[in-house]
Amino acid sequence: MTPRKDLLDIASLTDAEIQFVLDNAVPFKDLFKRSVKKVPTLKGQTVLTLFYEASTRTRSSFEVAASRLSADVTHFDIETSSVTKGESVLDTVETLEAMKVDYIVVRHKNAGLPDLIARNTQASVINAGDGFHAHPTQALLDAFTLKEIFGPLEGHRVVIVGDIKHSRVARSTSLLLRRLGLKVAYLAPGSLMPRDTPGDVTLLKSWEELWAWKPEVTYLLRVQMERQREPFFPSVAEYHKIYGMTDERLARVRDEGLYVMHPGPVNRGVELNDNVMTYERCLINQQVENGIAVRMSVLYWLRPGAAV
Amino acid sequence: MDKAGMAACIERLAEEICQGSQGARQLALVGIHRRGVPLAHRLAAAMAGKPCASIVLGSIDVTQYRDDLQTMKVLPKLEGSDIVFDMDDAHVVLCDEVLYTGRTIRAAIDELLDFGRPRKVQLAVLVDRGGRELPIQPDYVGLYHEVDDSERICVQFEELDGLDTVFVQPSTTPSE
Repeated sequence: MTPRKDLLDIASLTDAEIQFVLDNAVPFKDLFKRSVKKVPTLKGQTVLTLFYEASTRTRSSFEVAASRLSADVTHFDIETSSVTKGESVLDTVETLEAMKVDYIVVRHKNAGLPDLIARNTQASVINAGDGFHAHPTQALLDAFTLKEIFGPLEGHRVVIVGDIKHSRVARSTSLLLRRLGLKVAYLAPGSLMPRDTPGDVTLLKSWEELWAWKPEVTYLLRVQMERQREPFFPSVAEYHKIYGMTDERLARVRDEGLYVMHPGPVNRGVELNDNVMTYERCLINQQVENGIAVRMSVLYWLRPGAAV
Repeated sequence: MDKAGMAACIERLAEEICQGSQGARQLALVGIHRRGVPLAHRLAAAMAGKPCASIVLGSIDVTQYRDDLQTMKVLPKLEGSDIVFDMDDAHVVLCDEVLYTGRTIRAAIDELLDFGRPRKVQLAVLVDRGGRELPIQPDYVGLYHEVDDSERICVQFEELDGLDTVFVQPSTTPSE
């Protein structure tokens, strides 16, 4: 496979590239069982995480992934940097360019900003989430996790539940899963359902319709309180009652052997309750572990200065 | 070299490895992906009937340890490494089909050391074609056949390629 410079979204990946990243994540995950959990792949390269939005797991996942590839890992601390003094994003990029950073992992509230950065630097840019647009490594780790469970993915059924409208996770994951031949459905309150849903997604209005659709995986989204400028549903308790994974719904999920996924971090008592976390077919921790392997695989494939 | 020639070569290598590892309790034959892997399996099969230490098999994919990884135009799909034995104090025989510059072997040794501290590491190759760029020498050689830099030695195994054969071809020919 020819290396590419950037990973900005799922849409720009070829089928062969998707397969390459997913296949290589398998040996990277095997590495975690060794006493030395590290390979020299990116020795002498610098990976910088540039997060304009709060993140705990994605940032540390990238940092662990880069460390296990022997890269030097640096975090550009937005809170304490000149950004708070008014430095523009492109000024920051110019600074990073002068520092000869090789990989920039960026998260920003504005869709398209990673793309803007990518066009202004020699470094490889990885989009770690931009606004409501894309979160490609999340999609790849979700697909990888499902491959571990199902093997070949064609025909398997995943329902995504929650704030689809504000979710870059839903957008990227849904797109990738459909490209890999899975059947995808959405369950969301009307106010959180995007207007432009793709034609091959089944739209569900209630858990009754969800059960009838016979999903094998329930993918719960985080209710993104911070992205709601106006309230999209009356109250958290109300949301939990109508759309959340309550104990009652969990009992049926267990009866029917459904898997549960979530991109994290979870809002307990909102999209799910405590008991989901200990449910035997809850894949949340597996998603976290796979996130590192998949991000290693992405870093292995990308190369600074390669063709776009 | 044809099927019979390869079989004879492997038989002799197996013999030599048995003799060269006398006193070892266990011998780990580690094939380097891709064609070192079938070689290790053939050697293990040939050694099975001989008075020799017990054999364990392993494989390693040295891609991540290559010194030209950052300049390769095409990145290989990773095969992964499969080392199930305890590397500490192990007697390892690395197996590869062709020995050329020695760079792959350097990478393989580095990777082995990340699994632990072997007591001894030896190298068995089916063909040594000369042209070393690093101070690395094999302990067991099936065939020494020096060829020009413009040529390559192509070894094929039935398991991967459908037939057993060794031949020389111009190095511009795509390898797979």
